[in-house]
Amino acid sequence: MTIDQSEILGHFGPYGGRFVPEALIGALDELAAAHILAQQDPTFVAELNHLHATYTGRPSIITEAKRFAEHAGGARIILKREDLNHTGSHKINNVLGQALLTKRMGKKRIIAETGAGQHGVASATAAALMGLDCVVYMGEEDTKRQSLNVARMKLLGAQVVPVTSGSRTLKDAINEAMRDWVTNVESTHYLLGTVAGPHPFPTMVRDFHKIIGEEAREQVLELTGRLPDAVLACVGGGSNAIGIFHRFISDAGVRLIGLEAGGDGVETGRHAATITGGTMGVLHGTRSYVLQDKNGQTIESHSISAGLDYPGVGPEHAYLHDIGRAEYRAITDAEAMEAFSLLSKTEGIIPAIETAHALAGAIKVGKELGPEAILLINLSGRGDKDVQTAAQYFGIPL
Amino acid sequence: MPTALDELFIKVRAENRAALIAYVPAGFPTLQGCKKVIKAFVDGGVDAIEIGFPYSDPVMDGPTIQAAATKSLEQGTSASDVLDALKTATDLGVAAVVMTYWNPIERFGVDAFAQAIADNGGSGVITPDLTIEESERWITATDSASINRIYVVAPSTTDARLPLVTKQCGGFIYAASLMGVTGTRAAVSSGAPDLVARIKKVSNLPISVGLGVSTREQAKSVAGYADGVIVGSAFINKLLDAPDEESGLEEVKKLTQELAKGVREGR
Ligand SMILES: Cc1ncc(COP(=O)(O)O)c(C=O)c1O
Repeated sequence: MTIDQSEILGHFGPYGGRFVPEALIGALDELAAAHILAQQDPTFVAELNHLHATYTGRPSIITEAKRFAEHAGGARIILKREDLNHTGSHKINNVLGQALLTKRMGKKRIIAETGAGQHGVASATAAALMGLDCVVYMGEEDTKRQSLNVARMKLLGAQVVPVTSGSRTLKDAINEAMRDWVTNVESTHYLLGTVAGPHPFPTMVRDFHKIIGEEAREQVLELTGRLPDAVLACVGGGSNAIGIFHRFISDAGVRLIGLEAGGDGVETGRHAATITGGTMGVLHGTRSYVLQDKNGQTIESHSISAGLDYPGVGPEHAYLHDIGRAEYRAITDAEAMEAFSLLSKTEGIIPAIETAHALAGAIKVGKELGPEAILLINLSGRGDKDVQTAAQYFGIPL
Repeated sequence: MPTALDELFIKVRAENRAALIAYVPAGFPTLQGCKKVIKAFVDGGVDAIEIGFPYSDPVMDGPTIQAAATKSLEQGTSASDVLDALKTATDLGVAAVVMTYWNPIERFGVDAFAQAIADNGGSGVITPDLTIEESERWITATDSASINRIYVVAPSTTDARLPLVTKQCGGFIYAASLMGVTGTRAAVSSGAPDLVARIKKVSNLPISVGLGVSTREQAKSVAGYADGVIVGSAFINKLLDAPDEESGLEEVKKLTQELAKGVREGR
């Protein structure tokens, strides 16, 4: 295996890198080394594959959504069913990988941030499975909108710490997790939940998720005899998107389309569409696109989806955007909720509200490309956690 | 050309004592109040002042400095207010630096920020989340503005890495006394003297210790082995706890006087 210098420093063009207190450099170096060695170690690879086969439920299936497709210009719509993974989303792919690395590094405690609670639940699950202590930081605001997942984490034996600083959402949960990590770095691994943060996180988390695209590419080829015209995924930090995109990056004819959370509309300023509406900056240890004001202060993001409600985005996405290899579009809350309802009623699949942004994108892109097109959509998670929010949104009494 | 900070450490080394460095975020408790805090530091006998650039996501800071930053940002503190506070300090004749997370510098413009520090009489900038690997533009900018780059090193910084970081420093080296965030502690970590001893093996630059120093006794003990003693949260607590601004400022001045004695008692 050859590693070039930019991989060592974790750069994607001008993006990525490490902007962290010196106190964390040792831990990040240790983690980067552990990740590289583990990838080359057949025992590690076998152990993770075995877990995926016997615990996660991989490979995840694909489902062709024929009735939904009627509303998407008649294009063939193929869903990669990460919602069927244990714990209900793609997040488990990364969590199991990092939890195994935690054990290899001899650490006994993991900490995690969570927005929607999916990453927190996945982390608590892996901690229970592997006998690790687990503390999850969650913005107080999010503990309210995702109370079901708070209860799940507690049932799994994790400690959930509501974060009351700043905007009380995901970005502040990450701040608090970083503070914990700086203090307890000897004993603790910070199990970051997306492809953001300082190197090696963007690369490592991508490597644990790229299985999504590897499986899906084979599955779509087998089903349709050709590659899809476009691959779509929602983008919060960007982990499910990079996971399904990565294997297709070298397939020049395949469009890669990331759907960001447009909230009330990018023009209103109340959104979480970081690439569409942000500027280059540094947040949480990495250089990427950031929602920020003229003084470099982070602007609070807004989205109906807690898992997309983040004012940053993974550096590899910033790079793929700038070089023109991937496109990023914003989907409003209203468009996402319409797609949420549509998939539920046409296919009997209730998606996560995060995922509904990708589905809304599929409706648009399907109409643009027409019935000859094949679209592959990452169905990143299921909507059980969102029943309360959706019921409220659609006026269904609880 | 040596900065005011370089000259300060030549002076305190000649006096065989440590320097007292006090921290306050710009715009805290208010824009005008901050200038009064700076005056209270100077009246109390401080040697150098660190002006904090309040930031929305201060991952190196504990609850005290977070609260101060939030309060400052609520009043709309901007980069020009930070520079204004810096000038207030340097106009009073003390050496002063800005402490800031990296993103506000990048947003302001890397070259422009370094030059603005110099133009306002500042000696340098402390950058707690800028790694040497990401410093290329900053090194060029600070060299051409002739200001000090001050990096923070931690107890976990390895012996192999220590010289790589300290080689890039000027003015002083900021030694974080412990693994953790800013905030007062009952005792200064025993890791601090070890770290200072390790730094001394690779650099002749002055070394200042920060994180967890709040009392005259603690200042005295740190002055026993370091060139500078950095105090932040303790001052902010005085201001947050005071019933009104006047009494808060009085407390700040008193604490400065106490700490100024401490840094002269260590050896
Ligand atoms: C189901 C689901 N999809 C997507 C996301 C967004 O994260 P990412 O962009 O890292 O995939 C989340 C985050 O919580 C999620 O729960």
